[in-house]
Amino acid sequence: MTQKTVLNDAHRRLGAKMVDFGGWDMPLHYGSQIEEHHAVRRDCGMFDVSHMCAVDVTGKDAKAFLLRLIANNVDKLKEPGKALYSAMLNETGGVVDDLIVYFIAESRYRVVINAGTAEKDLAWMAARRDEWAFDVSIAARRDLAMIAVQGPNAKARVWQVLPETRAASEPLKPFFGVTVGDCFVATTGYTGEAGFELALPAAQAESLWQKLLDAGVRPIGLGARDTLRLEAGMNLYGQDMDESVSPLDAGLAWTVDLAAPRDFVGKAALLAQPQQQRFLGLRLVDKGVLRAHQKVVTAHGDGEITSGTFSPTLQQSIALARLPLACAIGETVKVQIRDKLLDAEIVKPCFVRNGKALI
Amino acid sequence: MNIPSDLKYTKSHEWVRVEADGTVTVGITDHAQELLGDLVFVELPDVGKELAAEQEAAVVESVKAASDVYAPIAGTVVAVNDAVPDAPESVNQDAYAAWLFKMKPANAADVDALLDATAYAASAAE
Repeated sequence: MTQKTVLNDAHRRLGAKMVDFGGWDMPLHYGSQIEEHHAVRRDCGMFDVSHMCAVDVTGKDAKAFLLRLIANNVDKLKEPGKALYSAMLNETGGVVDDLIVYFIAESRYRVVINAGTAEKDLAWMAARRDEWAFDVSIAARRDLAMIAVQGPNAKARVWQVLPETRAASEPLKPFFGVTVGDCFVATTGYTGEAGFELALPAAQAESLWQKLLDAGVRPIGLGARDTLRLEAGMNLYGQDMDESVSPLDAGLAWTVDLAAPRDFVGKAALLAQPQQQRFLGLRLVDKGVLRAHQKVVTAHGDGEITSGTFSPTLQQSIALARLPLACAIGETVKVQIRDKLLDAEIVKPCFVRNGKALI
Repeated sequence: MNIPSDLKYTKSHEWVRVEADGTVTVGITDHAQELLGDLVFVELPDVGKELAAEQEAAVVESVKAASDVYAPIAGTVVAVNDAVPDAPESVNQDAYAAWLFKMKPANAADVDALLDATAYAASAAE
């Protein structure tokens, strides 16, 4: 049964080309994926991300639970509203999902998980809670809709439409969230541009979406969402990593805290099995398009592309890839595309931020 | 759907125009470009290449997928549209103006077996 967000009719009225994404009927684009991409880098665009799931983790043992559940360390979240990005691992050190955790208040956290993995994650979290006999409530907030507004003009547009949110959200540093009335406003995003992710009661979503449209904010589909996140060097679960991949091999070592004395699921596995591959970027020198699963031939052995695309901002093809440990930025490699071996350059796995090319 | 009545078609979404000199001009239909989305890469055959009917002749790639373009009939490639690889989006803008390659048919009568506009419309709607 395909699921629909509360904005499904709104997407169809806008003429969106709809696709199935992880069991959800979602907009791929509203006319031109490439134009939508440019709109976010140059101006502002909005995404319906209500298919993702906000989960409120509350109770006496909320912090203890999260300290043990995920690879990053929620002890870092000392200021109310502060958030972090983390992987959630299984016992063999593979990634169950990647997620963002917000520290709301004492004994209250919000965890945002991916759409395609939500059921799996919720079952996993409940099983761990029961196993550890923690006093914690895990509540999936399917009553909330989520809209991401991203781009250099995103914040200004949100304040234009929701002026009451300005005072509390303007001073926020990146990776913070604050509640204003019914609206949770966070300085997070999946595009590499400034902006907000908004969570609000589903019943209010259509009205807010329409107001943002009227204010000139362009609707953006999943097609552009993928080219934007890849340019920004952000991982996509299910593609760049999955349950068989260690975060250390997926460019996520920076999100894993092995130093603190706490134990967490997967810690022992990571300590026993250090990094085995480098996660780096590729830039195709020849014309063509890099894609997931293409073989990479290097001087140090073969690797594989995990995500590839044509970068609208850089006007060339880019990719993220798992490569042999000895590979270094600046080296030339070959990528097998159909029957040809095309030249590519190894670059750092982050290509564009705040509208500027980094490679 | 935009399907000019003066062209011939294949089930695999190529359009074919028979020229006065007996050569055929080949491109992809408006329906095909719409299914693919914004094109970012086009690879054309070499002039002189001999192709069998339904053999892969060219490749068009959008951000989300790579798609083969097939020779509608057997023949030899006599020309390619050099403007298209530098401007793949021109195919999205006008699929019938942005031709991809021209062929000299091995057998002139082979074009008669191609679909007309009505038959293509029916096939594309399936």
